[in-house]
Amino acid sequence: MSIDMSQFHQVFFEECFEGLEAMESGLLTLDVGDVDSEVINTIFRAAHSIKGGSGTFGFTVVAEYTHIMETLLDEMRDGRRQVTQPAVNVLLGSVDCLREMLASIQNEQDVDEVSVAQHKAALEAVLNGVVSEVVVPVAAPKVINEAPKVQVAAAEVTVQEDDDAGEQGWKISFCPYLDLLKTGNDPVRLFRELNELGELTATVNAQDVPKFYELDPEECNLSWDLKLVGNVSSDEIKEIFSWVEGDCELEIQPIAKPKVIKPAPVVEAVQADIEIDEPAQIVAAEPEIIAKPVIDTKKDPEADASKTAVKASSSIRVDTEKIDALINMVGEVVITQSMLGLVGENFTMDKVGQLKRGLAQLERHTRDLQQSVMNIRMLPISFVFSRFPRLVHDISSKLNKKITLKLVGENTEVDKAVVELINDPLVHLIRNSLDHGIEMPEERIAAGKPETGTIELKAYHRGGHIVIEIIDDGRGLNKDKLLAKALEKGLIDENIQLTEKQIYELIFMPGFSTAEQLTDISGRGVGMDVVRRNIQSLGGNIEIISELGKGTTIAIHLPLTLAILDGQSVAVGDEIYIVPLVSIVESINITEKMLNKVAGKGETFRLRGEYLPIIRMRGIFNVQSINKPKSTEGVIVVVEGQGALCGFLVDELLGQQQVVIKSLEANYRRVEGVSGATILGDGSVALILDVPGLVRLSVR
Amino acid sequence: MAQESPNKDSEQSNYNKSLGNAVQYLSFALGNEEYGVDILRVQEIRSWEPVSRIPNVPSYEKGVVNLRGAIVPIIDLRERFNFSRVEYTPLTVVVVLQAGDGNKTRIMGVVVDSVSDVINVDKTEIQNAPDFGTKVSNEFINGLVSVNERMVMLLDVDKLLKLEDLGSDEN
Repeated sequence: MSIDMSQFHQVFFEECFEGLEAMESGLLTLDVGDVDSEVINTIFRAAHSIKGGSGTFGFTVVAEYTHIMETLLDEMRDGRRQVTQPAVNVLLGSVDCLREMLASIQNEQDVDEVSVAQHKAALEAVLNGVVSEVVVPVAAPKVINEAPKVQVAAAEVTVQEDDDAGEQGWKISFCPYLDLLKTGNDPVRLFRELNELGELTATVNAQDVPKFYELDPEECNLSWDLKLVGNVSSDEIKEIFSWVEGDCELEIQPIAKPKVIKPAPVVEAVQADIEIDEPAQIVAAEPEIIAKPVIDTKKDPEADASKTAVKASSSIRVDTEKIDALINMVGEVVITQSMLGLVGENFTMDKVGQLKRGLAQLERHTRDLQQSVMNIRMLPISFVFSRFPRLVHDISSKLNKKITLKLVGENTEVDKAVVELINDPLVHLIRNSLDHGIEMPEERIAAGKPETGTIELKAYHRGGHIVIEIIDDGRGLNKDKLLAKALEKGLIDENIQLTEKQIYELIFMPGFSTAEQLTDISGRGVGMDVVRRNIQSLGGNIEIISELGKGTTIAIHLPLTLAILDGQSVAVGDEIYIVPLVSIVESINITEKMLNKVAGKGETFRLRGEYLPIIRMRGIFNVQSINKPKSTEGVIVVVEGQGALCGFLVDELLGQQQVVIKSLEANYRRVEGVSGATILGDGSVALILDVPGLVRLSVR
Repeated sequence: MAQESPNKDSEQSNYNKSLGNAVQYLSFALGNEEYGVDILRVQEIRSWEPVSRIPNVPSYEKGVVNLRGAIVPIIDLRERFNFSRVEYTPLTVVVVLQAGDGNKTRIMGVVVDSVSDVINVDKTEIQNAPDFGTKVSNEFINGLVSVNERMVMLLDVDKLLKLEDLGSDEN
């Protein structure tokens, strides 16, 4: 049997991550007081399939880890164990830990064993219940925080259950019955497997072997004393022998009692903890402790995410309905094609009508086909949204705020590439809302608002765009404060008059942060400008509406797909370029009067009293052509790039059309001032202009 | 653009050599010189067609064409190797080559004067290229082989198609 398992790895990882997401959302909905058994079942199933899968693929670390989770969940499912908030928190931590483990396995990196051991210990602590329920939350975060100290404690907890883990090794006496071989079992194979667990020494007892002439070769007359050294649990050994159960006498004993374990010190340690952390509301009282690991674990997966994304982006799950629609379309196209083929045979002029009809049909089908194919790339935005309940849960408990997150329109579909790229900006914006937007409960009550703040995350389609809104009912943006801050930082001029919108826009300026107190969640003054840049690079824009004391709404407009773009084709010499329509403000014919030279070099033109720089496309792209137009002829395409207006001087406007974006980098490389290429109706290639890039290029 | 194999005999004698070490090269002409590329790297041979110029790149990077939906750059090997430029005619040939670039492959067309032959080369007969100093920088040449008294320079496709990455223009 030599099936290359690695071909299934990708699927396995995807399933695991899906499972983890299911577990996470399940855990978050778990109501501690009143437990819905269906939710626990879902969580359990997810854990179980991860365990099964990882076992199959030989990711033992994961399998072992999930096994513990599963045991805990199983007890919860059967009602043998109370679902407590601490336990849920530990489970959530485990989900993070698993995610990290899987990510590192996927990227063929080493699993961070320390962190795994810590989480494992936390789980086992909950599972063993040695520590009383109250203590668990203290113990658990401690485990994560103060690694060295607690690891010792954890080890002791493990050892305590002394049939679970032998520190040193095991002495196994294996005495098969005579007919062991007849059942198809071969001791050699068993030993080989044992040898994989640890260092195996086998001593054979051959005293029972009969004299040669009495020997029945099908009988097993040997018995063995085995010594297995290594950190192996008795379960693992039992598993190996499970096939021969009933066919042998088996005794498994730990070698030399693993250094006398007294439960006492552990209990003492734990009690010491109780004494220190007496307050009853441990979770609430110790937000620092609980929240820290959240931040820590958050960082890593994010850092990893970029690496993972490269690998993971290779596949996509598609609704079968969409595939069926596609197959239908292809069928139609084939029918039309054969119909046209028939018309083409023995063509006479009286068939022209038929031909035209056929071509019209073909056109329609092709367009539909294109649409269906595009649809395949569309994913519901819930892929992004589903991560936020956890984020809100973690951060709000850290900040001691009461916040509910409302998701609206999660099924709104958007291109996969957009889904992947929008995540980070959204995380940032939501953290901002959590941190700066929503007030502390007391403050809210004082302001006559409900104690619990609401953040609404809303997605909907509007005219070829997807709009994502983040609405909070927090304190809103303080215009005066924003202005004062901008002045203080020298970002704006004192005499300048700004509209309300412009004032809000200030927060997107680099180096702007109004948070009086910088927290580690947000407010480092980097970020909002990055958020805006990211969104603009996706071809979208971001706007803010805010009312002091009532809340803030941040709306992000994004194109539905990154594969198609509305473009204006322009002629420069004999060449055709595409300007993305979103960045075009207007186009005007130039007249000599409008042009002005600046310092004899740069050129500007006047547009309604404003002087804007001109970028001559012929110059910047070095276009050669035989008939040179006069320098005062042409069209100025006014574009917005990098937040400022400027004019591209082109020869002629050709037409607007939707173009399919093709990557130049696939076979070539990035070219300055060009964001991609497309294929025109005549099969030739036209370059798509990168407006901000060109503006940058012209400055140099 | 099928090319007649001009010399039946040489083909025959090449076949008779041990096939174990044989590698096939596609040979083409640039001026008076003859070059060869590993035939497994050749995707197709096309005639020259107008390209879309790419602004602000070295002049040997002629531009890009649409090759069945893929945007493929075309480089002029004459200019790349500092030969004199010639006018392109419908008989000018573009050899579309594949290059492995890490784990992804990219395709690129190279303009050559004409395609000559498919030659069988015994690996052991490939000589190391001496230092030419001029015209073709040594880095592209894998070795030399002589076919019917003619010298053929074997090109390293990967190195040939590696364009200096001007891509990181952010700085």
